[in-house]
Amino acid sequence: MMTKIMAKAYLWILLALLYSPILIIMIFSFTEAKVLGNWTGFSTKLYSSLFAGGLQRSLVGALWNTFAIAIIAATISTILGSIAAIGIFNLRSRPRQIMNFTNAIPMMNPDIITGVSLFLLFVSFGVSQGFTTVVLAHIAFCTPYVVLSVMPRLKKMNSNIYEAALDLGATPFQALRKVILPEIRPGMISGFILAFTLSIDDFAVTIFTIGNEGLETLSTFIYADARKGGLTPELRPLSTIIFVTVLVLLIVINKRAEKAKSE
Amino acid sequence: MRRKNWTIPYALFLAIFVVTPLLLIVYYSFTDAEGALTLANFRKFLMHPEAMNTFIYSIGIAVITTLACLILGYPAAYILSNKRFNTSETMVVLFILPMWVNILIRTLATVALFDFLNLPLGEGALVFGMIYNFLPFMIYPIYNTLQKMDQSLIEAAQDLGANPIQVFMKTILPLSMPGVMSGIVMVFMPTVSTFAIAELLTMNNIKLFGTTVQENIYNGMWNYGAALSLIMLILIGITILFTNDENSVSNEGGGVI
Repeated sequence: MMTKIMAKAYLWILLALLYSPILIIMIFSFTEAKVLGNWTGFSTKLYSSLFAGGLQRSLVGALWNTFAIAIIAATISTILGSIAAIGIFNLRSRPRQIMNFTNAIPMMNPDIITGVSLFLLFVSFGVSQGFTTVVLAHIAFCTPYVVLSVMPRLKKMNSNIYEAALDLGATPFQALRKVILPEIRPGMISGFILAFTLSIDDFAVTIFTIGNEGLETLSTFIYADARKGGLTPELRPLSTIIFVTVLVLLIVINKRAEKAKSE
Repeated sequence: MRRKNWTIPYALFLAIFVVTPLLLIVYYSFTDAEGALTLANFRKFLMHPEAMNTFIYSIGIAVITTLACLILGYPAAYILSNKRFNTSETMVVLFILPMWVNILIRTLATVALFDFLNLPLGEGALVFGMIYNFLPFMIYPIYNTLQKMDQSLIEAAQDLGANPIQVFMKTILPLSMPGVMSGIVMVFMPTVSTFAIAELLTMNNIKLFGTTVQENIYNGMWNYGAALSLIMLILIGITILFTNDENSVSNEGGGVI
């Protein structure tokens, strides 16, 4: 009984430690003070000025870019990665090993190496950096995760079903659409979600491939902002909203998964 | 099935956007600005005490962070995975959640906390920020291996007369080593290669190796920057070989989804 209480207490202390910084930001998103740590009374002014947007057009632009990049990169990664997974699954063992190894490289590489290497690629071939290069870079580090989440579904699939569909007169395309696609869809969906969150979250690869034409994502905006010294106060409500959204989303997904497991 | 041709688009993509860029790092590190073969970039690193010190200091910070995460994270993973303590899945999510919040927001939150508590920014903030940022990466893989562990092995050890400490040392710990190893890689790697967050946590007073790499690339010293990247890559390669765990890749970033 005693160890149980102590174990629980340990977890809660650790959680308090992990969450105290974000809690401070949340609390101080409800006051007007420019400098964090000054409490000038409860106010939701920062929230309204975040949404009114007038002052912070660049922040809204950065948010928009972040989402656009994530949607495009995650969509292309999911398509490219799913096709690749089907291909790799059907390779002989030697080429399959090579593909699996190459696929693992972007996951093993630290972000900064991926960033530097892609930067060198673009400057070596005289590609001007901007939206497209960021999307390409994000596809490069997201696709491996899609391949990895689709692959187990293919392994679990009974390959006879596909053959049966062909025997019953389905064209290979029909068999793909009606047999393989439904089987791998859950893997594709989790691959997409993973790619989307990785893309939204990325800072290191983006900063090396974004160029200097004034394009900003949320990460580079925050970075530039913090380097200037003062932190835009509107980032406090924004961080709060992002945090709460992620929290709710993850708990909902997890509850659903738990329910699905028990059923 | 003749679907093996479906590999081709991705194989081409990998060749252009993964393999070629890495070869370019090697190419740039062994050439000078005119493209002539040289070892000058590496010599410059070895002769340059500041770069050398930053490199060693970064490894030191990464080792401290990794050890601290292991010491703090292992008990947490153990408690979370042990049925006896009956912790909910939501608790696990709470531990993993910070992984999904933008690293810069997390870092600025740490700065805010230190400001709020009137603590000075510097080395202490740096180490705290690193632990805060990367602890979930240690907990998750250990939790995963502990959870998949065959409980009957523990019961067998108990039946054979092992006391709780022996059970832990001889059964649980060895069986959880794959998770510990991937945890070490997953914390050490981002800590040693991080940039930008160190400046924010120390008001530009402490520079880590990742920042040195970034600064050189930014200032147009592509060859030297590439050489420093290659050195970092080798360091990480050694770490992965040293911990030599096949699962470290497939576990990474698995998250809860």
